[in-house]
Amino acid sequence: MAAVKVYGWAVSPYVSRALLALEEAGVDYELIPMNRGSGDHRTPDHLARNPFGQVPVLEDGDLTLFESRAIARHVFRKHKPELLGSGSLDRSAAVDVWQEVEAQQLHPAAGAVVVECVFAPFLGRARDQAAVDANVEKLRNVLRVYEARLAAHRYLAGDFLSAADLSHFPILHYFMGTEYAGVVLEGHPHVKAWWEDLAARPAARKVAEFMPLGGAAKKQQE
Amino acid sequence: MAPMKVYGWAVSPWMARVLVCLEEAGVEYEIVPMSRSGGDHRRPEHLARNPFGEIPVLEDGDLTLYQSRAIARYILRKCKPELLREGNLAESATVDVWVEVESHQLHPILRDIVVQCIINPYIGLDRDQAVVDENLAKLRPLLQVYESRLSSSPYLAGDHVSLADLSHFGFMRYFMASEYTGVVDDYPRVKAWWDALLARPSVKKVIAGMPPDFGMGSGKMP
Repeated sequence: MAAVKVYGWAVSPYVSRALLALEEAGVDYELIPMNRGSGDHRTPDHLARNPFGQVPVLEDGDLTLFESRAIARHVFRKHKPELLGSGSLDRSAAVDVWQEVEAQQLHPAAGAVVVECVFAPFLGRARDQAAVDANVEKLRNVLRVYEARLAAHRYLAGDFLSAADLSHFPILHYFMGTEYAGVVLEGHPHVKAWWEDLAARPAARKVAEFMPLGGAAKKQQE
Repeated sequence: MAPMKVYGWAVSPWMARVLVCLEEAGVEYEIVPMSRSGGDHRRPEHLARNPFGEIPVLEDGDLTLYQSRAIARYILRKCKPELLREGNLAESATVDVWVEVESHQLHPILRDIVVQCIINPYIGLDRDQAVVDENLAKLRPLLQVYESRLSSSPYLAGDHVSLADLSHFGFMRYFMASEYTGVVDDYPRVKAWWDALLARPSVKKVIAGMPPDFGMGSGKMP
């Protein structure tokens, strides 16, 4: 029985962020599946783990953590600090900047498109095309910055793979399964190359198995 | 050692996050004031510092950083690392959790209320009371979680202040200046925590540059 447990539904890009960190760090863990449809996240047991009633939750020995980005940071800090740029003020700052860029610039736009195109049907509503269009436009503006960055550096934080790159994988994986994949891939040769490199990583491939593109419906219902 | 430079407008709650950390760390710094209404953040010289065209931006020697939470982490890691607790896995993870909670749970709610109640009147937009009410309904259960948290320890990540607490300052400042400040009175430990933050010399210094109406009432559009 693994000392590290992750609670949640792996189809969630947030849960997958945590799983990707564990996979990259080579940490032995157990995924405790939960069912969103059954309201598993609102049971007293789960609220005792995460009072916000969300997933993922990580249990690492005595430590219980929530918020996927905090979980990923913890995993890297403990097992793969180089992925946080630890020990170097400049490197760690660059990692932090691009983790925040993902959270504040890319995720809101790409995430909104994913919710509308991938998850809306299973949340029982029609796609909001106006929201998709507005967010695709925002994403285009954000990707201009990424293209310039990745033209100058192999990875987002510089010449080294970091938690910042990895943090992008789950939401972009889903985005690439929508009809808007070209927004990322076309006209952004450096973003494309960076993405393909990221997606080819064994840890990313492993985690992608939990996030079937087009199979989200079936998984959500389970 | 040349002082650090922070570019932006001091009334910004994102700017406040950085300024509070600089003050806590006792770092020598200068504010390079910019004009939002003058569009300084969209000029080429600013885009060269931050391609997303936002503030704050920090310059420390050759290093230029953006995204306020990344800047805050850098300042504290360099000059007051105990406020990140990075030497202790459990404590640093707890700091990270509550930095993320502010970012993804509380911030969107406080921001929407502040925009509707404080900013909109000055920029000639009607308040959308439905938006305010929707956010207030989300705020109360959130504050209940904070109340429970703060009954275990005086600060979010333990017995002493950390980035987790300081990161809340900017948006709380404006929310607590709105007509809904009384909501927090129902959560006495949250109120006490807020009052303790207000009593800190760093906070007193930074709040002096943050009139409750963003300066707009006296005709000083940021």
